[in-house]
Amino acid sequence: MALLNLHLKVWRQNGSQPGHFQDIEAPEIPDHASFLEMMDIVNERLIANGQDPIAFDHDCREGICGACSMTINGMPHGPERATTTCQLHMRKFRTGDTIWIEPFRARSFPVVKDLMVDRGAFDRIMQAGGFVSIRTGSAPEGNSIPIGKDVADAAMDAAACIGCGACVASCKNASAMLFVSAKVGQLNTLPQGQPERQRRTLGMVRQMDAEGFGNCTNQYECEAACPKEISVRWITKLNRDYAVAAVKDIVGAGRQQAGGEGGD
Amino acid sequence: MSAVFESLTRFYQSSIGKKTLVALTGAMLVLFVLGHMIGNLLIFVGPHAINEYGHFLQTVGHGMGVWVARIGLLAAVVIHIVATIQLTKANRAAREQRYGCEATQVASRSSRFMIWSGLTLLAFIVYHLLHFTAHAGNNYGSYMTDLDGHQVHDVYKMVIAGFSWAPAAIFYVIAMLMLCSHLSHGVSSLFQTLGLATNKTWPIFKFVGHAYAALILVGNCSIPIAIWVFGYGH
Ligand code: SF4
Ligand code: FES
Repeated sequence: MALLNLHLKVWRQNGSQPGHFQDIEAPEIPDHASFLEMMDIVNERLIANGQDPIAFDHDCREGICGACSMTINGMPHGPERATTTCQLHMRKFRTGDTIWIEPFRARSFPVVKDLMVDRGAFDRIMQAGGFVSIRTGSAPEGNSIPIGKDVADAAMDAAACIGCGACVASCKNASAMLFVSAKVGQLNTLPQGQPERQRRTLGMVRQMDAEGFGNCTNQYECEAACPKEISVRWITKLNRDYAVAAVKDIVGAGRQQAGGEGGD
Repeated sequence: MSAVFESLTRFYQSSIGKKTLVALTGAMLVLFVLGHMIGNLLIFVGPHAINEYGHFLQTVGHGMGVWVARIGLLAAVVIHIVATIQLTKANRAAREQRYGCEATQVASRSSRFMIWSGLTLLAFIVYHLLHFTAHAGNNYGSYMTDLDGHQVHDVYKMVIAGFSWAPAAIFYVIAMLMLCSHLSHGVSSLFQTLGLATNKTWPIFKFVGHAYAALILVGNCSIPIAIWVFGYGH
């Protein structure tokens, strides 16, 4: 086991007050520690010295919950491809390195404290259409709706999104298109998602806009940063689904089928 | 009626709606740029060819054709610019606090430069129209020649005179470099925005976009360079 001596530049901020970078020395960090374990060690030392520990989000520490939001050297979740911060290991760094640690920066993700941001905007987008209507009661027969394997696989790829927000943090425009496209795409791909298809597409995109995220400029930084390797082809599909839903909305196609009623 | 209007407004106000309009107007302008270049290359065929082409453009549809095209293009340019400026402003506002350490992993330089290449092109379009269409500050409008017994505008002489002046030739070449940069991101990008790309076709769109940008650069720059550097037409 090797020990690393690191120089950290950590963003410190209290709520909406202006923040700043704090230089923190982190000597003798074991290279088999994960990035979050390194943060734990640093915090223990800060506490032992009577200083304020660095606030950061974490939960599962196994790459499945999406909580561990940090931008490391300008890259959300750090430089490893398809890896969350909790799964990033210190052996990827060298002794003497300076590491910049910042929150996921977007107006729609306000800083709570230090590296913790409020990602409630994603929850509100989900509430605007990220669901399917099902019959409750006894469990339905498992294979009563036949679904092609390619369709199931595609939906599963989109469903891999853990809602971490790295796509927003990496996007030059702080756009949430990759997240929204994965969530819309997952449900719009499956037969169970068809009844709400149009309403979901319009509703989730409208909520995304209302939350103040930026607009996609097709630069694909999101795909490079995504720990679950969600493909930007989901954004292609969202663009297509939105255009179709908007045209139907303009000509009132959905309403006519409902005999002049329904719609929103 | 008002319900349709409300839906249209909502479409324009949405992020994807605006982007769709940018892509559609962009597609119109992409095609225009190619047609414009092919027509202009007639200068290398000779005075008769380009003057005949110029006369055709002026008189097609009893002189209406050119106005239909102009109004269509003006509308496309205005929508393209207004929507992109609104989108860019919203994008800046979406990240108020910038990163202390910024990293770019895959975004191309031209994709990050779109608003600036675009605004330079806007300045160029204004100059270009004053230069060769409105003939502001020059007497190109008075150049006339005989075409099969008719007196027509001497486009050939105008272009040779226009590009014999070094500052104009240089500005045109700079503007075409900007156009090349703009197209190298914009052409493939419009297929993504219009929802037409797939994993299989994306590499093709990307290649076509780059090739198209290079073609337009070479084709358009050949005219001022041939005249200003190599003295073509003198
Ligand atoms: S698309 Fe990727 S980066 Fe964005 S929230 Fe989902 S998992 Fe995170
Ligand atoms: S802590 Fe759950 S993904 Fe990192």
